[in-house]
This record gives sequence, C-alpha cells and structure tokens, in this order.
Amino acid sequence: MYKTTSNAHTLTGDGMAIAYRRGVPLEDMEFFQFHPTGLAGLGILLSEAARGEGAILRNSDGERFMERYAPTLKDLAPRDVVARAMANEVREGRGSGPNKDYVLLDLTHLEPAHIDAKLPDITEFARTYLGIEPYTEPVPVFPTAHYAMGGIPTTVETEVLADNERVLPGMYAAGEVACVSVHGANRLGTNSLLDINVFGRRAGIAAAAFAAKAPWVELPESPEAETVAMLEGMRDRQDGERVADIRRALQETMDANAQVFRSEATLKQALADIAGLRERYGRASVQDKGKRFNTDLLEGIELGFLLDLAEAIVTGALERKESRGGHFREDYQNRDDVNYMRHTMAYRTESSEGSAGVRLDFKPVVITRYQPMERKF
Amino acid sequence: MTLTTEAPAQETPDAGGIPSFQVTLRLRRFNPESDTEARWEDHTLTMHGTDRVLDALHKIKWEYDGSLTFRRSCAHGICGSDAMRINGRNRLACKTLLKDLPLDKPISVEPIKGLAVLKDLVVDMEPFYEAYKSIMPFLVTSGNDPSRERRQSPEERERFDDTTKCILCAACTTSCPVYWSDGQYFGPQAIVGAHRFIFDSRDEGSEERLEILNDREGVWRCRTTFNCTDACPRGIEVTKAIQEVKQALLFRRV
Repeated sequence: MYKTTSNAHTLTGDGMAIAYRRGVPLEDMEFFQFHPTGLAGLGILLSEAARGEGAILRNSDGERFMERYAPTLKDLAPRDVVARAMANEVREGRGSGPNKDYVLLDLTHLEPAHIDAKLPDITEFARTYLGIEPYTEPVPVFPTAHYAMGGIPTTVETEVLADNERVLPGMYAAGEVACVSVHGANRLGTNSLLDINVFGRRAGIAAAAFAAKAPWVELPESPEAETVAMLEGMRDRQDGERVADIRRALQETMDANAQVFRSEATLKQALADIAGLRERYGRASVQDKGKRFNTDLLEGIELGFLLDLAEAIVTGALERKESRGGHFREDYQNRDDVNYMRHTMAYRTESSEGSAGVRLDFKPVVITRYQPMERKF
Repeated sequence: MTLTTEAPAQETPDAGGIPSFQVTLRLRRFNPESDTEARWEDHTLTMHGTDRVLDALHKIKWEYDGSLTFRRSCAHGICGSDAMRINGRNRLACKTLLKDLPLDKPISVEPIKGLAVLKDLVVDMEPFYEAYKSIMPFLVTSGNDPSRERRQSPEERERFDDTTKCILCAACTTSCPVYWSDGQYFGPQAIVGAHRFIFDSRDEGSEERLEILNDREGVWRCRTTFNCTDACPRGIEVTKAIQEVKQALLFRRV
C-alpha cells in the first residue's frame, strides 16, 4: 500500500480485508508504524540493533540531528519520533545524496569485527543493494512503512469482535492481522514476536477447543459462488487498465499524503485519490486469463483489498484530529486525551449503487494499571 | 520469439552513479494450459543503477506481460521464494544485481532444476518440503516442560550457527547432480536442516535423525561436488555440513 516499505510483496492485508468485507470492523487503522531505518529508495529494513550498538544518524552537514529532536534518548528515541525527525531533515533541505532525499546511518566509528558479530545482515544488505561498505561509508536510510498497529478487533483471548462488545463465535485472530491493542498507537521493537507467541498460542488452543464442541453447521447453497464470481469477473474482463499502474498510483498517494506527516489537506487528497483509483479498479483487467497459478489475477484481487484498507487508514487518520503514537497530524500536533482517548472502529459500507465507503465508530480506551502520561525524550 | 519492449524515456535518476543500461532477459517460459513444451522468450529492457534480476522480472510482468509467472515475496534474500537459474547458476533473483552480470549477451532465466515445472519459473516445491519434513526439523526434547529456558553456551550455539541461516530456497538441492538424476535422494537442504538440530546441544533427537540420513537415499549419496555450497545464497558451507553429518554417522559422536 505504501511505496517505501519493508513489507514483502505478498503482504497485502488479505486477512483484514476479507473480515472487513464480511462486516467485521477494523480497529485503530490510522496507527501505522514507519520504521526509521529503511535502505534509501528500497525500504529494506536495517534493524534497530544498528543504533542499539551505537550507530548515529547524520544529515548532509554531518550533524547528529537527533540531539535537537530528542536531547536525552537521541538516536534511540521511539520509532515515530526518529522517523519524523529524519523526514523533517530531508524536507528542510538537509538530506544527503544527489536528490537530498535521505539521511545517513553512520557505523564507521564501530569496530568492523563488532559490526560483523552483532549486525551481519545490515552490512550484507548495504553491500549487496547499495554497494556501500558500512565499515568506511555511512549508509543512506529513510523511513519505511513497517507495521499496522490496527486490525481485526479481538479480546485478550483472541476472539474476534463484531462490534465494541459482541464476540463472533468461532472466529479467532492473532498477529499483525489482529488488533488486541497491546501495541496501542505505536508498537515497541520486537513486540510483534511476543504478540504472535502469546496470542497465536491462545488462538490455536481456543480454536481447537471451540471446534471440539461446536455443533455441525450446514453450509449454505453454493458457498463459493461469491468468490468465484469475484475471481471470474476480474479474470474475464477485457481491455481494462493494468492492475500494476493503479497499485503504483495508490502507493504514491499513500507515501505522499498519509505517511509520517499528515494533515487534513493531505488526507483529503489521499481519500479523493483512493476514490478515483477505486473507480479505475472497477474497470481494470488482467492479461493472464489462465486458471493455473495465475499471479496476475492474484495481484488484481490483492489490489482490491489494499484499496479497502487504505481507505480505512485514511478515514481514521482524517477523523483523529490529534497526534498520538505512529499517527502525526501537522495541523493537530498534540495528543488530545479529552477528545481522542478512544479507539476508532471502521465499518465498511456499501451504497445501493455498490460503491464502498467507511463508517467510523468509536470504542473507549480501558485504562488499567498504567495512567497515560506525556512522552518526554 | 523475440519481443523488443521499448522502455519509456528514463524517469528514474541513475542510482549510485551507475548509469542506466540495456539488458536482454532470455526467459524460459511454459504455460501448462497451452504449451506442450517450454520455450525461450527474449525481452530487452532499459534498467537502472542497482536494479536486480527481480526488478527486471517485475518490469516485464507489470508493464508488458502480466502472464509471466514467478514466486517472490520479501525481495531481499530472507524468504527464499525466488530461487531461479540465472545464467546457468542457481541464485535468488532479488539478490542478483543486473550490473554484476555480463550485459553484452542475454541473461538466461530458468526455473530451478529437478522439480516439476508448474508454470514459467514456478516449480512444484512439495518433494523438496517432504524431504525436509522427513528429517524432523524441530527441537526434540523429553521430560516435563522446563520451568526456565534451556540454556546454551555461546560455543554450543556457534557449533551449528552456519546451518541456522538456511531459508529453504532450494538453490542447493536443485543444483545437485545426484538430486537431478535420483528423485529419492534427500538432497543437501534436508541434510542442512538435520545438521542444525543434530549439533544443537539442547536437542535429543539426533540418533533418530542420523538413522534417517543413514538410509540408502541419505547422506551417502553425496558425491561432494560442492555445487550446493556454490549455490547457497546465504553462504552456508553446505558440503561441509554434509561431511560433518557423515562423520557423526561413522563415529556416532556429535
């Protein structure tokens, strides 16, 4: 969905989108995490471990700019803070490179043996993809789309919620597809692994227990009909626009308008672009008309999912007139606990003419042991 | 068939000071619904700077011929989906930069060998996964669940560090001449997968795994041609790992 991303090509949010199309809401979709250190232009992730081991971010003047943004934590400030600082350096003209569109991750003061032992993948990525030798040269980096904090709402037992309270019997979700909300508005490094270990286990155990005692439910008449119609409709359409062109346009508008800096103007632009792209998508066609291993058709279906999810993200971001965690509004730069200490719940709507939209609802935040406080770095 | 696909005027600035260049990809194509046998197809493209073979394949698929079929996912050498035979050598398309290949003649791209071709560059990976599953690729322990971590010294961890890097791309197995000629052989990857647990101090399944690999189709089929070591995109010393398993079998000591 974003152009600069650390995510694999095959990660297209299908799980979220399928639930969403069946009426399940999506919670907190506007909270999307951008990892500070993606390889410039490629988005390939360089682990936080680099800065953990002492690497320093510098702008074109060689300045350690994080000292200005987060005097205490500096380069180890939270991901959203560092990502915004980097993007701000670039937009204020202090980016490096021929197009001044990235900053530099400097490891040159670290011992090569130490780099090899602690950061083997990082050096390999820089060498393979940019021809950069990290022992002696700084590595070009820029924020890269990394993780969706939002997703299918669940209880702590991984049961999927159909609204703010009602559990959907027999449906479980865990991992990035789900929003248990343990990550709040901004996931901490490595917690996605804890997430899947804890909630993946719970979901598996709960699903097995449910299946063991659930009564047999007869399938409706031709349960596959809707899916077959969707696949054949796309495959058989002749002479339409290419899926790849529409996807590229979606990625461009999301990068330009709904990335680390957002405002009412940019988000409205993104929403208008998505509506236009959805219309084009309705006329798109694929060239591969075969029935075997048709990845052209697969990408076409995936684009439909991406458009739905992009719309949910942008709609949530437009409504949230504050800045919190991974979501930053230039026109509302502070956190507003009075009005926005609440989750968004996005429901997909369909008009009588068949055009899709989003209806937003809200869910109160449950505060337990820790009182929310202002972040200071 | 030759399709010369004229690229539009250059939009992307040259990356890293490397100028854009012309490259011809010679693709091995096979559509099971219309072809009786595989055929070659050439595409000439304008590519830029540090573009990879995967970028060229995407350019063809996304701009010229959507039916071109290949697997890929992470696009940076971690997921192991896009192993293919590039200029006669098994490599990952996402880790092979075009500028590092000779550009004065066409770059051939074929599916990896020894597994049935399903379509274009996609092969049936099931026999490969079956071999992997048969060596029990999981930690085997006995007794009650421990109340704390299973501890291991850095030296003990180092013993099998090399084989933990495997991404199951099948580049090694499908470069092995024994595997090509004998569909029963486990192949290098399954032995690498076994090595990772056989030499893990926490594991208690070594005997059983060694017995499986002592089979007629096990480690003894290896003829140490080193193709697997050359092919591994992760730099694993595959042949050495196979030799270590052979020695463990001979001396029953890990």
